Amino acid sequence: MTLLEARDLLVRYRGGPPALDGVTCAARGGELLAVVGPNGSGKTTLVRVVSGLLRPERGEVTVDGRSLARWRRGELAGVLAVVPQGETVTFPLRVDETVMLGRYARLGPLAAPGSADHAAVNEALARCDVADLAGRTIDTLSGGEWQRVRLARALAQQPRVLVLDEPTTSLDIRHEMELFELVRRLVDAGLAGLVITHHLNLAARYADRILLLSRGRVAGEGRPGDVLRADTLRAVFDWPLAVTAWSDGSPQVVPLRPHESGER
Amino acid sequence: MSAARTAALFGVVAASLAVGLAAGTVPLGLGEVWAGLRSADAPASVIVRELRLPRVLLAFLVGGSLAVCGAALQAMIRNPLAEPYLLGLSGGAGLGAVVALASRAAGPWAVPVAAFAGALAAVALVYRLSLVAGRRLDPRILLLSGVVVGAFAGALMSAIIVLSDAPTVRNAFLWLLGGFGAASWQALAVFAAYAALPLAAIGLSARSLDLVALGDEPAHHLGADVERIRRLVYLCTALLTAASVAVCGIIGFVGLVVPHAARTLARPLHRTLLPLVFAGGGSFLVLADVVSRTVARPLELPVGVVTALVGVPVFALLLRRSVA
Repeated sequence: MTLLEARDLLVRYRGGPPALDGVTCAARGGELLAVVGPNGSGKTTLVRVVSGLLRPERGEVTVDGRSLARWRRGELAGVLAVVPQGETVTFPLRVDETVMLGRYARLGPLAAPGSADHAAVNEALARCDVADLAGRTIDTLSGGEWQRVRLARALAQQPRVLVLDEPTTSLDIRHEMELFELVRRLVDAGLAGLVITHHLNLAARYADRILLLSRGRVAGEGRPGDVLRADTLRAVFDWPLAVTAWSDGSPQVVPLRPHESGER
Repeated sequence: MSAARTAALFGVVAASLAVGLAAGTVPLGLGEVWAGLRSADAPASVIVRELRLPRVLLAFLVGGSLAVCGAALQAMIRNPLAEPYLLGLSGGAGLGAVVALASRAAGPWAVPVAAFAGALAAVALVYRLSLVAGRRLDPRILLLSGVVVGAFAGALMSAIIVLSDAPTVRNAFLWLLGGFGAASWQALAVFAAYAALPLAAIGLSARSLDLVALGDEPAHHLGADVERIRRLVYLCTALLTAASVAVCGIIGFVGLVVPHAARTLARPLHRTLLPLVFAGGGSFLVLADVVSRTVARPLELPVGVVTALVGVPVFALLLRRSVA
């Protein structure tokens, strides 16, 4: 069933042009939706709207069939988990403490974490392959480790919808691939996934559907092969590029140098 | 926290209270203190029961409250340099209290209300000032605004004190420097009445403080109602600061020094940190008060001077670390 759905969103930041205009998208359980588009095309705004940080002027977001406005804050955190873009560390917690923060929405103000909470934390640590880091403080982690810990914190929420905003920024190839593999496994296990990324080629290989945004509007939505077309992408990114096919049939985007395209 | 650490903490608290009761213009042995506490006929009974006990307990509660304010504000604005004095809350509360005293309208129970109004106004002004740069709040600009608002409140206080002819206001000058010379059972009752609720509210928000310390966005995603907890923290710290200023003047840096020390001793999770910070802040201020009344005997140094002498080096240390 459709776990996350946004219909006809309109968002404007203080008098500016619409950051999102008429955007509609959906993700079912077991489905990974990749949101791609140039800088400033509204990707992060979309995350802010579907997570309830920003209320749209028009349109509606539903999570698990219920309008976002009708979820209580703590309740929603048990269904929808978001790993936002950056995060600065002021007071360095340990890895296990950080992942336990994912259980807070389920804990009373005075109650200590119970066995179910510890089990959820341990499972999240194991699934993200950070169990051996549990006792380290987070200011000692590498970029890839820190991203996996933040993902584990989100999994400890035991969500049904997982939203990731550019999860592989500043990660090298191995850590990037490991993260996408992990996300794919989680989605295959039943989560609905929404991932924002600049990696068109990884989006093409890992996502079931792609939403291409351009200046706040939908420039394409559907299966990777239907959305990642040279003419569309050229117009959206305003740069010459070619699209080839990888051996598994997924489209692969190659940006061209100006003299290769015969334009410019 | 482990049982051994909890026991050690109780030991530190008990020792600081004992030293607070024994030290002073008339030094007492611990045996005399104990006798004075137990029997009204003991020779030291009046000194212990009527002068030192309320003084020590008041210093403990005020120190604990100011330290808790510091820890809560630091989580809220994600900067270990935040505390009521540097954020201008103390200045605002002092101004409110001075206005109330100068207009001769206020009894001991009403001064904290005026101080509370002043502290809230200061918070609002500091917040407003630091939003000038944009919609996003920069902790460094917030601190700068706090210092500026504190200085402004200080200037207005001096003007009112100098221009006023009420004798109570003249005394305000000494009171403003911070001290427990006027501590009494009534002052203790006033403070406890105003401080109990905000202390409990901050304590019950320990988990929310862990979340907001991550930043507004991650906190929201993990289920915290960030706006609600922000209002709660500003309201409670304003109330606690106001109650402190009303009973013992402006005492800075407790909220800076104690949470910093506590984070080196315990995990920075607020459920364990806040009790430690409260006990540590109480002991710290009791001992600072002991120094203030013994170091230049028979004169008394304002306790705010002592805490500043300790606090400024700690501030410098934290500043170096936060820039590095």
